[in-house]
Amino acid sequence: MSARIDETGIKIGMWLFLYSEIILFGGLFVLYAAYFHRYPEQFAVGGKELNRIIGSINTVVLLVSSFAVAASITAIQRDARKHTIGLLLFSLCCGCIFLVNKYFEWGAKIHHDIFPNSDTLVNGEPGVNIFFGLYYVITGLHGLHVIIGMILLSISLVLVLMGKVNKSRFAMLDNSGLYWHLVDLIWIFVFPLFYLVL
Amino acid sequence: MTASVSFYHTPAPPGLTGIKAWLLTHDHKRLGLMYLVAILFWFILAMFVGLLLRTELMTQGRTIMGPEMYNAMFTLHGVVMVFLFMIPGIPAIFGNFFLPIQLGADDVFFPRLNLFSWYLFMLGGLVAVISLFAGEGFPDTGWTFYVPFSIQNTANVGLTVTAAFILGMSSMLTGLNFVTTFHRMRDKRMGLMQIPLFTWSLYATAWVQILATPVISITLVLVVVERFLHIGLFDPDKGGDPLLYQHMFWMYSHPAVYIMILPGMGVISEIIPVFSRKSIFGYRAIVWSSMAIAIAGSLVWAHHMYTSGMSDVSVFVFSLLTFLVAVPSAVKVFSWVATMYKGSIELTPPLLFSLLFIYLFSVGGLTGLVLGAAGTDIHVHDTHFVVAHFHFVMFGGTGFAFFAALHYWWPKMFGIMYNLRTANIAAVLTGVGFIFHYIPMLILGLQGMPRRYYDYLPQFETGNFLAGFGAYVMVSGIVLMFVNLAMSFKKRIPASADPWGGTTLEWKVPSPPPVHNFPEKPEIMDFPYDFSGVVKK
Repeated sequence: MSARIDETGIKIGMWLFLYSEIILFGGLFVLYAAYFHRYPEQFAVGGKELNRIIGSINTVVLLVSSFAVAASITAIQRDARKHTIGLLLFSLCCGCIFLVNKYFEWGAKIHHDIFPNSDTLVNGEPGVNIFFGLYYVITGLHGLHVIIGMILLSISLVLVLMGKVNKSRFAMLDNSGLYWHLVDLIWIFVFPLFYLVL
Repeated sequence: MTASVSFYHTPAPPGLTGIKAWLLTHDHKRLGLMYLVAILFWFILAMFVGLLLRTELMTQGRTIMGPEMYNAMFTLHGVVMVFLFMIPGIPAIFGNFFLPIQLGADDVFFPRLNLFSWYLFMLGGLVAVISLFAGEGFPDTGWTFYVPFSIQNTANVGLTVTAAFILGMSSMLTGLNFVTTFHRMRDKRMGLMQIPLFTWSLYATAWVQILATPVISITLVLVVVERFLHIGLFDPDKGGDPLLYQHMFWMYSHPAVYIMILPGMGVISEIIPVFSRKSIFGYRAIVWSSMAIAIAGSLVWAHHMYTSGMSDVSVFVFSLLTFLVAVPSAVKVFSWVATMYKGSIELTPPLLFSLLFIYLFSVGGLTGLVLGAAGTDIHVHDTHFVVAHFHFVMFGGTGFAFFAALHYWWPKMFGIMYNLRTANIAAVLTGVGFIFHYIPMLILGLQGMPRRYYDYLPQFETGNFLAGFGAYVMVSGIVLMFVNLAMSFKKRIPASADPWGGTTLEWKVPSPPPVHNFPEKPEIMDFPYDFSGVVKK
């Protein structure tokens, strides 16, 4: 068995996996498209209920954290361990900020009796119910991916601290980074679909 | 060739002993055998459940079970056969064992991921079993989990779909592993048009697994979410649309049909040339038709929904696309038959199963056209005709290909030979039983007997009785086949490295292969099906 590590192969595997994740969300976007076609006005009504400022902040937070992760990969290649650790900690903080914002956003909605199967939604317009149903499913699943991404980044961080991820061997950090970009990418689609819907 | 130690005696990673050498192994061959044991267990279970169903239908009224039990039984039969036998069957067992060897590699690209997939498979099976007993009564939705029934019913459908989700994940990761192995582990001297056809078919399958499986995953997640949160995404009262569920379900589950059949076609493409001692006819055509099936098969899902009330335009388009998929399948059948023409045919059990495959699969394919045409489909939709059709394709096709593969590669996997005569008898018995079993169902369907019904009108009794009789003949054939294979462990007649005269790489290594597959660097032939050397011997 060859001891040489085939990094291209590992990348191919990771990209295939990411592709399957995109299709997972793709199924939900198909649902969104079908229902948006049916209830365009009511989707716009639902969209106005969402807080665009928090949404924009979250978008910026995720983009910045993605940049930090990318920078940390460059840093490890240049053997700058301290920078790597700092950048990873910063990205993890961004992830936390995102989740905290999400928590307040969801909390406010639930406080206004807007949650799955609530009286307001069930007795209101059907399109609004579907809009918020999809909102909770998609942002919920995305939130789950944020948590998984943070776990992966934390594992990479520990491995960097232990020295197992280093200049010559950083596939784990590289792939966690790719996963984090995926989380970011999906949010870039989710944000306009829900917050900026006309 | 120096004497080599088989993989049975060499644990990988080294140092493991006893049961650990199996449960923690990274060796693709051991994993293939572990899948074999698990999948055979599920197959035999679901086969006997199916037999009970047909026994119930042999006479009018109650025969051996009540209607609720009947509903639960056909659900169990469907779920187990589809998710635990057909989808993983050939890729997980024979794909794991032979794909790396046919590519000249020593293992798959991600050996640990491979082990993880096996554990996911076992976990999925376990969750499926738990779901049977965890709710009020057995799940009885059928394997399609159609809403609204799957959301409203009191049985533990949530767990059943979770099981299907986990199994989907396992199958997807296997596909990911195969695609990466195909590209990165292949012997550098082997060009794309020198790859054996079985591996090509697995490659096409793997892409379908990667592209389609996430769609079913998300659909099943939505079923669970609906059961817990009652959002109403598929509930018309709350603005949802149940038809969208059907679209999303079939968006995966129709391509899944090709996940089931493509590897089977690959097996047949290996066996036919070997026992005809003649190069495969139309190698490139078979490769391209595999890829064409993988692509076109992803675009025909709504032909399951002609009577659901979707628009006439969709019906027309999907009907047209469905007819197009028949073309690459027919290309393959043509190539197999043309390969045998003027060949030097040696009738052995693998070839006998393959011939049965060609016949039964052709019947299945042609009845598929009856269903694919929107006009005739309205007449036979949801009747026994449909049941007979997909059993011709799935069982007559994939099932017989599975048996053929089992008999073809048995000497390689275990290094022992089974009794050829008994195997031939078992093959004939299974084939005859199969025809007795499903032809009456085709006729019953045309006469109007619906599928999934517990009871029927008196005029359907003869047909149902005949079908039940055929089921017993068929199952006795399959049992005889398994007993014969099991007996080979007792007699232990050693098999040589190449008992059939095959030319692909797995026949160039000892039986069973050593742990790193190739004791010395193998010679890569310009064309994998060049029998000039074999014929000279």
